Amino acid sequence: MFRFLSGLGSYCMLLGKVFARPEKHSIYYRQTMKELVTLGLRSIGIVTIISFFMGAVITLQTAYNTENPIYPTYLIGLGARDSILLEFSSTIVALILAGKVGSNIASEIGTMRVTEQIDALELMGVNSASYIILPKVVATVIFNPFLTLISIITGIAGGWIVGTSAGVITSQDYIYGIQYAFIPYYITYALIKTVIFAFIISTISAYQGYNVEGGSLEVGRASTKAVVYSSVTLLLFNVILTQLLLS
Amino acid sequence: MIRAEHISKSFAGRRVLTDISAIFEPGKTNLIIGKSGSGKTVFLKCLVGLLDVDEGEIYYNDVPFTRLDFRGKKELRKQMGMLFQGSALFDSMTVEENVRFPLDMFSGMSHQEKIDRVNFCLDRVNIVDSNRLFPSELSGGMKKRVAIARAIVLKPKFLFCDEPNSGLDPKTSIVIDELIREITSELRMTTIVNTHDMNSVMENGEKIIFIEEGEKCWEGNRNEILKSDCSKLNDFVFANSLARQLKDSSGQ
Ligand SMILES: Nc1ncnc2c1ncn2[C@@H]1O[C@H](COP(=O)(O)OP(=O)(O)O)[C@@H](O)[C@H]1O
Ligand SMILES: [Mg+2]
Repeated sequence: MFRFLSGLGSYCMLLGKVFARPEKHSIYYRQTMKELVTLGLRSIGIVTIISFFMGAVITLQTAYNTENPIYPTYLIGLGARDSILLEFSSTIVALILAGKVGSNIASEIGTMRVTEQIDALELMGVNSASYIILPKVVATVIFNPFLTLISIITGIAGGWIVGTSAGVITSQDYIYGIQYAFIPYYITYALIKTVIFAFIISTISAYQGYNVEGGSLEVGRASTKAVVYSSVTLLLFNVILTQLLLS
Repeated sequence: MIRAEHISKSFAGRRVLTDISAIFEPGKTNLIIGKSGSGKTVFLKCLVGLLDVDEGEIYYNDVPFTRLDFRGKKELRKQMGMLFQGSALFDSMTVEENVRFPLDMFSGMSHQEKIDRVNFCLDRVNIVDSNRLFPSELSGGMKKRVAIARAIVLKPKFLFCDEPNSGLDPKTSIVIDELIREITSELRMTTIVNTHDMNSVMENGEKIIFIEEGEKCWEGNRNEILKSDCSKLNDFVFANSLARQLKDSSGQ
């Protein structure tokens, strides 16, 4: 418990350093662009592939679980849409990004720590926390909503393509279903969650990397911790946010 | 000039530095020598403020560095350059970007002025035609030289080098040592070098401080080092057989 509190304290102090006023805006802008590419654009592929297959599986499962003539088949489309919007495209995608982006951030920053690159920045009088971490946080918070939108679209498309070719639903029913009783707020909900999850993943992973002591072994350990801690925190916040946003 | 007074430092209750006082003179290469694990790196990091001292004061030309606030320290740091043990070049930047980085951060120079200054410094450390390479494409000696270029690009008054010849072959070591010595007198810097390499001690030792288990045991210059009667120092200096033979033959 004490360790948890002191960890939380130093996490908050690190955030304070991260959000101090940047020194040279042009350099921060350049770094943020770089991070948008490494942390954002390079995640599109994995998000697309996973969303497509998850959309497909959700559609098939919904279809096989509702094989009852009483239910109209368009409900399959509706069910798939709501699972994708409410849970899958924000939370599951965030969990996957916690693995990919989180370990990337922690190991990059951890390596900078053990090879004294962070000391070198501090010695020059640069606020190393802000210089290294802020662009990563900004990049993930800006870009993850796009990833979520991409995930929603490919997920629904995956359900449509696989659902119709497996013959569990007709194209018309699926398209009718995904429009039926559509609540636009669900998209807002998904995007709000994504932004908060992006913040959790990037800051917790950065914290783990920034505080590495030792050598490459510890960097590996920090990157594992980054994935575990950000995933657990993210799931906890998922519960809280769902209660806050949907009740 | 840098003056350290009664510096002590512990980590989690374990004493690493005990009551070290020393004066480092401008225009000279001041050496801190000692076995590995004796506390040289910790002492250097205390001097530059990367670690906070538990007790003691550090003065830079009579400015009490340890008592400055965050902003004051930051200003003074602009006059410091440091060469880290593993070079600490930024992996994600090219050689040119690495050396230009302090200029980008802290100078109001135009792009062309920056490039000229970068090329001047790279030239000074004999790195040519490598501006576009990344640190992973350089040899250990080249990395050190690029790191020296980066450390001096803002014309510092104080230069700190942590084991500049660790991991280098003897010949490259000598080149790096000479470079540090030349640049020090050119820029009239106060340079402090950590080393456990006896070759560079004998080449560069204008002012030497010997640390053993976190305590200063001896200070002097390279001419005095062979004649000292400090037993711990003798153990360190004459650790290899060649040096022992030299001492024996000169003692006769
Ligand atoms: N951040 C740290 N936390 C705890 N102990 C440290 C830390 N840095 C150095 N030490 C300890 O201080 C001692 C001196 O280390 P160091 O200054 O690196 O020696 P060297 O003379 O080889 O440079 C070592 O025993 C090391 O374990
Ligand atoms: Mg050392």
